[in-house]
Amino acid sequence: MRHTFVALVEDKPGVLNRVVSVFRRRTFNIESLAVGQTNQPGISRITIVVDSDKTEVNRIIPYMYKLINVIQVEDITYKPRVTRDLVMVKVNTTSENRSEIMKLADVFRAHIVDVANNSLIIEITGDEEKVNSFVDVLRPYGIIEMVRTGIVAMERGAETIFNNYFESQGFQMPVEFKFAS
Amino acid sequence: MKYSGAQILWECLEREGVEVVFGYPGGATLPIYDALDSSTIHHVLVRHEQGAVHMADGYARASGRVGVALATSGPGATNLITGIVTALMDSSPVVCITGQVASPLIGYDAFQETDVTGITLPITKHNYLITDVHEIPSVVHEAFYIAGSGRPGPVLIDITKDAQQEIIEWEYEEMTVHLPGYRPDLSPSSNDLAYAVQMIHAAKQPVILVGQGVLNSGAMAEVFEFATQTQSPVASTLLGLGSFPADHPLYLGMMGMHGEAWVNQTIQNSDLLLAFGMRFSDRVTGKISTFAPKAKKIHIDIDPSEINKNVTVDLGLVGDLKEILGRLLPQIEPAEHPEWLSQIGSWKQEAAIRDIKNMQDNGHLHAAHVIHDIWRCTNGEALVVSDVGQNQMWTAQYYRHNQPYTAITSGGLGTMGFGLPAAIGAKFARPEKEVWIIAGDGGFQMTQSELSTIVQEGIKINIAIINNGYLGMVRQWQEFFYENRYTSTPIISPDFAKIAEAHGLTGIRVTKREEVEAAVRKAQSLPETVIIDFRVEKEDCVYPMVPSNAAIDTMIRRPVSQADLK
Repeated sequence: MRHTFVALVEDKPGVLNRVVSVFRRRTFNIESLAVGQTNQPGISRITIVVDSDKTEVNRIIPYMYKLINVIQVEDITYKPRVTRDLVMVKVNTTSENRSEIMKLADVFRAHIVDVANNSLIIEITGDEEKVNSFVDVLRPYGIIEMVRTGIVAMERGAETIFNNYFESQGFQMPVEFKFAS
Repeated sequence: MKYSGAQILWECLEREGVEVVFGYPGGATLPIYDALDSSTIHHVLVRHEQGAVHMADGYARASGRVGVALATSGPGATNLITGIVTALMDSSPVVCITGQVASPLIGYDAFQETDVTGITLPITKHNYLITDVHEIPSVVHEAFYIAGSGRPGPVLIDITKDAQQEIIEWEYEEMTVHLPGYRPDLSPSSNDLAYAVQMIHAAKQPVILVGQGVLNSGAMAEVFEFATQTQSPVASTLLGLGSFPADHPLYLGMMGMHGEAWVNQTIQNSDLLLAFGMRFSDRVTGKISTFAPKAKKIHIDIDPSEINKNVTVDLGLVGDLKEILGRLLPQIEPAEHPEWLSQIGSWKQEAAIRDIKNMQDNGHLHAAHVIHDIWRCTNGEALVVSDVGQNQMWTAQYYRHNQPYTAITSGGLGTMGFGLPAAIGAKFARPEKEVWIIAGDGGFQMTQSELSTIVQEGIKINIAIINNGYLGMVRQWQEFFYENRYTSTPIISPDFAKIAEAHGLTGIRVTKREEVEAAVRKAQSLPETVIIDFRVEKEDCVYPMVPSNAAIDTMIRRPVSQADLK
């Protein structure tokens, strides 16, 4: 069972190490990890996907909150959400099959971002299913290099990560965390 | 004014109320030590950095204030590790300050360079690396705030040598802490409290489990009122000892692996567990699936991650125990549970014959006799630090604490060698208190070098060594579970009385039961630290004992002879 966690953390050296350590200590293998800035200065957003049947996956959130630099964490596995993965694929081409590959890229709404004599770099963004099926289609032509950013995810609708975890747990939180819009 | 980073550090420590620092100098802390002269803070020179952090820990547990340890980079810092984890496991507020090589040298494998923040990342509540002198004031302030608030724990500050040396224009200013992710002040909703009240009123066979959180929260009076108002018996974890007076009729004793039989029976048969500031450690619960099967469970703890961690509960209340009980108490109707209490009384009666104190004198000196006599001679009022192992369990069973903050031991990590340095730290926290350390012959030798620290500081502690010539607890497990194969557990010790003399202290050897009291009284009367070497029964065991991962009411009991049964 795959779980997708989203965390807001302070943008400071070593914070990613602390977050990842929570998973490492409990021997979860991280499948995908993406970190980047948010609209709030000083706050980074981390998306972590782990594949685990362990029931302890429920314990990850309270353990993450033990970290001083972690501001907000959610498990959005069961929530309506948009997930995206960006992939760049370098594929072998010949003068005979180049246009065929370009047509396929078109079908998947992928972009050609580099053209050389006998190779192409194709960029595709989408949910994992779409990206995986495109990669499968390219495989017979000879993929020579591939890079993925890892999944980023966001809840659909007006709900945001700033929703209060503690409220959902029935705890009152006396301190309000207000972020400038 | 112009200040160096080192001077700023001392000034900031003074502002946090620090009076004593336990440390050991080295190359990367030379500027800090050079600036010590102009500070009002007293520095205790330890003999090993592990001693420094245990002393800071003992100081913190005896005073409720943050203890401070200071070590140099590299080996100085790595020697702190065991003590840091000890403090983390037992929620003890400690700030460790380490020197680091100058920032341009970091990452070049410089002399005595170690990635200390990396190493201590999973074993501190939080840690910092300071490379810029300007960060010192805010980091020190944050570190003390984090160490002492919420669930207390160790915080480490690693300061590079150039940050210590740099001189800046500076003046101390009051600071506010900005930690958006840190929430030490959670509080449960009134709805949850109402649910708790409902469960408490419905209970016929309640039992309160008190832990270290009672002491950390300072909720002793509230727990006492709660217990007496609801007539609920009180069982304690190892670290909760002293949080409820041991001579009170509602007090049961310690629970868990070496808890008294009637305490574990009470827990197993109760219909409501009220867990106050304890974390259901495996030493308390035994096999989880068999733990208190009939009981509803209410868990009050300040750390949200403890709720439903080891034991699934019916209601978790996250927040400060003192505050929560303060809100609960006005809603609680007084109750009586005469049948329940008399049932517990009869379990207690059954167990009495198995107490070594009540058995016929076989001419042997048992640790129980020693600790019982120390308890009698000190009126149960001494601050007692135990080491780890059999000595620790016997101390927990036979030294009955009526006062809070007088029982100090390494519970979660079980760090042998903790006792002596922790006792030194405790003595600095409460110099007016009579301090005893009860240690085994094995554990004592692990940090024995701190005797010189005692001499250099001129402090008075009474040291009782429960000397059985074995690493007793491991030997006991070998006896029970490894068919008496005592591999590597017999241990040769020096003559501890002579060790005392070598330090200019007094040493006494006791081999007979009738000599115990006189020796204890003599130690009490002398102005200097005294070591009493109690040569006790070699192959005694701690009873009762719950085997690992068994139900806590399936205990190995002390065998009784026909003579005792009469």
